[in-house]
Amino acid sequence: MTRPIRVLIAKAGLDGHDRGAKVIARALRDAGMEVIYTGLRQTPEQIAEAALQEDVDVVGLSSLSGAHDTLFPAVVQALRARGLDDVVVIGGGIIPAEDVPALKAAGIAEIFGPGTPTSEIVEYVRRAAAARAGSPA
Amino acid sequence: MSRGPEERRFTTLSGLPVERVYGPEALAPDAAQRLGEPGAYPFTRGVYPTMYRGRLWTMRQYAGYATAEESNRRYRYLLDEGQTGLSVAFDLPTQIGYDSDHPMARGEVGKVGVAIDTLADMEILFDGIPLDRVSTSMTINATAAILLAMYIAVGKKQGVRPEQLEGTVQNDILKEYIARGTYIFPPEPSMRLVTDIFAYCAKHVPKWNTISISGYHMREAGCTAVQEVAFTLADAIAYVEAAVRAGLDVDTFAPRLSFFFCSQIDFFEEIAKFRAARRLWARIMRERFGAKNERSWMLRFHTQTAGASLTAQQPENNVVRTAVEALAAVLGGTQSLHTNAMDEALALPTEASARLALRTQQIIAYETGVTNTVDPVGGSYFVEHLTDTIEAEAERYIRRIDELGGATRAIAFMQREIEDAAYRLQRAIESGERVVVGVNAFTIEEEPPRGLLRVDPALEAAQVERLRKVRAGRDAAAVERALDRLEEAARGEDNLMEPILEAVEAYASVGEICDRLRRVFGEYEAEVSLP
Repeated sequence: MTRPIRVLIAKAGLDGHDRGAKVIARALRDAGMEVIYTGLRQTPEQIAEAALQEDVDVVGLSSLSGAHDTLFPAVVQALRARGLDDVVVIGGGIIPAEDVPALKAAGIAEIFGPGTPTSEIVEYVRRAAAARAGSPA
Repeated sequence: MSRGPEERRFTTLSGLPVERVYGPEALAPDAAQRLGEPGAYPFTRGVYPTMYRGRLWTMRQYAGYATAEESNRRYRYLLDEGQTGLSVAFDLPTQIGYDSDHPMARGEVGKVGVAIDTLADMEILFDGIPLDRVSTSMTINATAAILLAMYIAVGKKQGVRPEQLEGTVQNDILKEYIARGTYIFPPEPSMRLVTDIFAYCAKHVPKWNTISISGYHMREAGCTAVQEVAFTLADAIAYVEAAVRAGLDVDTFAPRLSFFFCSQIDFFEEIAKFRAARRLWARIMRERFGAKNERSWMLRFHTQTAGASLTAQQPENNVVRTAVEALAAVLGGTQSLHTNAMDEALALPTEASARLALRTQQIIAYETGVTNTVDPVGGSYFVEHLTDTIEAEAERYIRRIDELGGATRAIAFMQREIEDAAYRLQRAIESGERVVVGVNAFTIEEEPPRGLLRVDPALEAAQVERLRKVRAGRDAAAVERALDRLEEAARGEDNLMEPILEAVEAYASVGEICDRLRRVFGEYEAEVSLP
């Protein structure tokens, strides 16, 4: 039996810009996914705990404050500490291209910059969730 | 000569319908009264009789990052380049009342603005900048009272008296709950802090703008031009009501209220928006609040061009967008202006991009001739019609918010409206109905941009170390006494500005002061919901 894809959209750190996070949350929901939005000011530990409680396939992180270098890898660590190694973590916000390789090396699967169509993110999440379902748990 | 039939519905960026052409019938029967004279009620044409013929707007670029030393250097650079006022960006921990060594501050220190923990940082920030000769705007809200107290304290050390200080604190907590997110305390004690600043400045810092009631962030979060006017003025009404309830006479504080709007890319809609906001506020102050002082009726405002209109793709295009938006702000009669730098969809501006942004204003001011006459678009059938429409639609929204119990009770309503508008616009972009050059049309393959500004990651540790040294070097007993007195005042009804000033002068930190207030006031818990 297939269940809907479950996605956690999270605002990491102190950044209050949540226009993008909310627009993406709605777009994913309109695409048939179950979406949980954390609200502002989440620590990496809170985000990982929410991912565990909500049993999500994908975590989408948003930061426009420049704290992504510190916070995004910390979320991956906190997920791994809870045994959620196979949850797909993606990120977006004001993230310079030169930061992306380090983020990917730290376990963030993909970074989506300003101007990315939500349809592209929906497609990515679908594929990532399908790949995850297909992989041995 | 015939041309093809019109193929689509024409609307403004905000969705207001636009006709093929406007003529005299588009004007209201009482158009002359609605227009009035510049510098006179209802101020449609501008708040001053001579406008830019008398004095140009203040060129005020929002800046600040990393340490106080680094930001001080940027301010001196901008002043040397002809900027006429300062605008301080604080980092998020400073804005939310966490010291740089707090766990919540991890990764955020010095990132979106300068890190200020204690008066020691503030002294460095304004080193060599005479506070009796510049006006300084500070984007600070939940911790506005603390940073204002620090500014007063730095002035005193420079030999500048509080009554000589000129500047602005944003101090607009309502839009933090609605759209910007740097709240700390629940609405009621937050409103007390706001009105304490009004009362204190009326007495001691009379040239200070005690609040900058901001539509900017709500617009950036996605709302329409009409909503921007309506939600900003609804917030303003809540502040005036709170101050009147606190026992202040409206004409003692209302002349020091100032506003902050966004200038988006729809040129005529924006010009009309500024004019409509001015007229509607004048009427609200005179009729609803019975203000007698003409200065209480005047909506003076700062404008920033729209960060949300900028694209990461082909960033040079942003120079053009910003120029158009800045021109709209000038034709709309702004009192001060920030023009965004072309790289702001990617990172904080570099020195070169910040200078180009400032030059954009200088070209409009000194080369284009648009400053030669007041309200040059006044009397345009289209602009007058749009002005009337935005005013009427905004007034309808304000009535709705009044019915909900005012802005402090309508936070969730406004959030929903903003989110819906943001989502509508995103869909219009994705369907191609709205063209964004370089994003969904006229795209090219690009190399990732180089030479972006980076904040040194080692800075956080250095700032934490400086805070540790300040803590070690100060009179600990004096700090405790000052914080105890502040806590006691917070439990009572005294104005909090004086005990806060005493605490910052003892080198108590932003976090220590906020922790005492958190103990008394508690913290705001945001409702989280997706519409």
